[in-house]
Amino acid sequence: MSKYSSQEMVLNMGPHHPSTHGVLRFILQTDGEMMVKATPDVGFLHRGIEKIAEKLPWQGFMPYTDRIDYVASVNCNLGYAVAVEKLAGIAVPEKAEYLRVISAELSRLGSHFIGFGALLLDLGAVTPFVHALRERETFNDLMEMLCGARLTHNYVRIGGVSYDAPAGFKEKCLAFVDHLEYEFLSEFNQLISSNTILINRLANVGVITAEEAEEYTLTGPNLRSSGVKFDLRKDDPYGIYGRFDFEVPVGTGKYGVIGDCYDRYWIRIEEVAQSCKIIRQALSQMPETGEFRTKLPKPFTVPAGEIYVRTESPRGELGYYLISDGGKNPFRVKIRTGSFSSMTIIEHISQGVMVADLVAIIGSLDVVAPEIDR
Amino acid sequence: MDHEKIAAILKSRLGLAVQSMDEMKNNDLMIVVDKKHLISAAGTLKNDPALGFSTLMNHLGVDYGDRMAVIYNLYSPTLGQKVTVKVYLEQDNPEVPSLERAFQGISWYERETYDLFGILFTGHGNLKRLLLPEDWKGHPLRKDYVYPAAYNNIETARIDMMNEMGEAKGPHV
Amino acid sequence: MLERFNMVNRFSPDADMVLTTVDQAVNLARANSLWYLLMGLACCSIELMQTGGPRADIDRFGSLFRATPRQSDLMIVAGTVTLKMAPRLRLLYDQMAEPKYVIAMGSCANCGGPFDLSYSVLRGVDKIIPVDVYLPGCPPRPEALTEALMKVQEKIKKEKYFLKKE
Repeated sequence: MSKYSSQEMVLNMGPHHPSTHGVLRFILQTDGEMMVKATPDVGFLHRGIEKIAEKLPWQGFMPYTDRIDYVASVNCNLGYAVAVEKLAGIAVPEKAEYLRVISAELSRLGSHFIGFGALLLDLGAVTPFVHALRERETFNDLMEMLCGARLTHNYVRIGGVSYDAPAGFKEKCLAFVDHLEYEFLSEFNQLISSNTILINRLANVGVITAEEAEEYTLTGPNLRSSGVKFDLRKDDPYGIYGRFDFEVPVGTGKYGVIGDCYDRYWIRIEEVAQSCKIIRQALSQMPETGEFRTKLPKPFTVPAGEIYVRTESPRGELGYYLISDGGKNPFRVKIRTGSFSSMTIIEHISQGVMVADLVAIIGSLDVVAPEIDR
Repeated sequence: MDHEKIAAILKSRLGLAVQSMDEMKNNDLMIVVDKKHLISAAGTLKNDPALGFSTLMNHLGVDYGDRMAVIYNLYSPTLGQKVTVKVYLEQDNPEVPSLERAFQGISWYERETYDLFGILFTGHGNLKRLLLPEDWKGHPLRKDYVYPAAYNNIETARIDMMNEMGEAKGPHV
Repeated sequence: MLERFNMVNRFSPDADMVLTTVDQAVNLARANSLWYLLMGLACCSIELMQTGGPRADIDRFGSLFRATPRQSDLMIVAGTVTLKMAPRLRLLYDQMAEPKYVIAMGSCANCGGPFDLSYSVLRGVDKIIPVDVYLPGCPPRPEALTEALMKVQEKIKKEKYFLKKE
């Protein structure tokens, strides 16, 4: 408290607010404009997905994994499929592996558009969000060609993928990726990324050091922007990610300190370029013909055992801990998401910042409510 | 590093704390620890220079029907290995010491396990419900949980299934 | 053009007066300026944002999103309503000024949807607020949402406040 004693206020940043990250509630104790403490109150989207998993067969749970992180649903499907396949010992055909990588990286692109678009919308810049939505519409079209759905795709299945790539998909995807890497990124950066107001609002705000990030179990782009080079696609690989050549961008303190909000924004822009590289390589290496799905036995049961498998989703580490008792339904499914650990650190770094900075911090951490609540 | 080597190091450093050890399906190691030795085992796993399991990946609770368990998944960046630590608990009034002092990021994971299973973590600074409303009764992820028929005067059960089954055991198949 | 809006022109074609009823003129203005309250809770909120986006532009209907219930007359409930969120939804509905309309978008708002099997989900938002248009889909396409908006517009154009018969 300053030397002029003032009255502390308790404000409610309610579950319904114009930010796009979903239903989150914060109870703010403020001393004027500076915050003393921000306590998150979550659970407004707790739908009991882990209990539902115990009532459905193994394949029947796949549509629910879409709804854990609806902006990047293919990544969530992929994590569950990889976990069940490792537990049951199922092999995946070659073409399906390539289709999985292509759709997962496309989904990562779609998620990052919403990620940095929503951050900019929260700060007040409406135009860049509409630019990002325009690119996401093309991503929706591509996924609709692959699987028929725009948002909750349910594309990756246990043993492969659900449909083959139709004719014309490869050309359209290559055109999209070229447009992104060579036209969209330069146009977008010229529009907003070096804007003085944006730099003043994001640089040196909400700094998370590498030790804090590891202690609070942050993963994914949030961890990498604090300077720790750790990407599950390279350090704990799954599928065929070992065949592709791409870099892992790390936060460098571009306009401020390493680990501030601007780094967390800039690393997502750089990851868009890297995903484009992976998609191009996968499209050129993918075989023209081949099986896209292994047939599973009916009834499908998984031998008894426990397993923990983690994959890299756009928000961090998405891990599935599966326990099977040899039956048709899972015994226990635990989903570990990246946004849950990102929420735990907000209480710690929001002491002594202004209320407007809290909006920037939440936006830069790129949380979505269903990942926290499941 | 080889699994036998890691298993040998774990046995030698943790000693009596380890009740059993075996391999999981994807070649990770699983250790079963007694809850009296949990805090010392966690400290050894985190701080010992030969082990270095300093990253907590995941924490969950399980209801096996006749007993409960809590599971911790740890990762060692120096060794590049994962280990699973399991502690079995009794079915009625399960209690386990909290690892909040060793791993700061586990605070919310333990709150969620308390919320959904009713496992008490002794020594936790803020053990309140996290995901469900404050006045919710019961712990849903237990195997014997019965879905409530109403919450604060909002009826929640599926009416057609209640009529079929009479006294509803739960509005689900 | 005049026939579409059901306005009667009794004078010669180059006269500048039309005759209509107050109800029709007022309803025309009300239907083409529906401001909606952003109640985006879950996955359907992404489709709501895409409907406001560049391709299926909801702005051409005169609708724009408002974050406060005091300035909106349409509430689009997009997403799953949990029991923890339900009292707040009712509070926001009560804060809107009359006349107000509700679109229940998506299966979760209609009847609980795929989360019917859950313990903490409100099975249908019509348990707590009155709904005008039910829009099925998981999630519904932006074209479907504009169709639902047009149905609300049709409903508004039939309302009578000033000229009440029997």
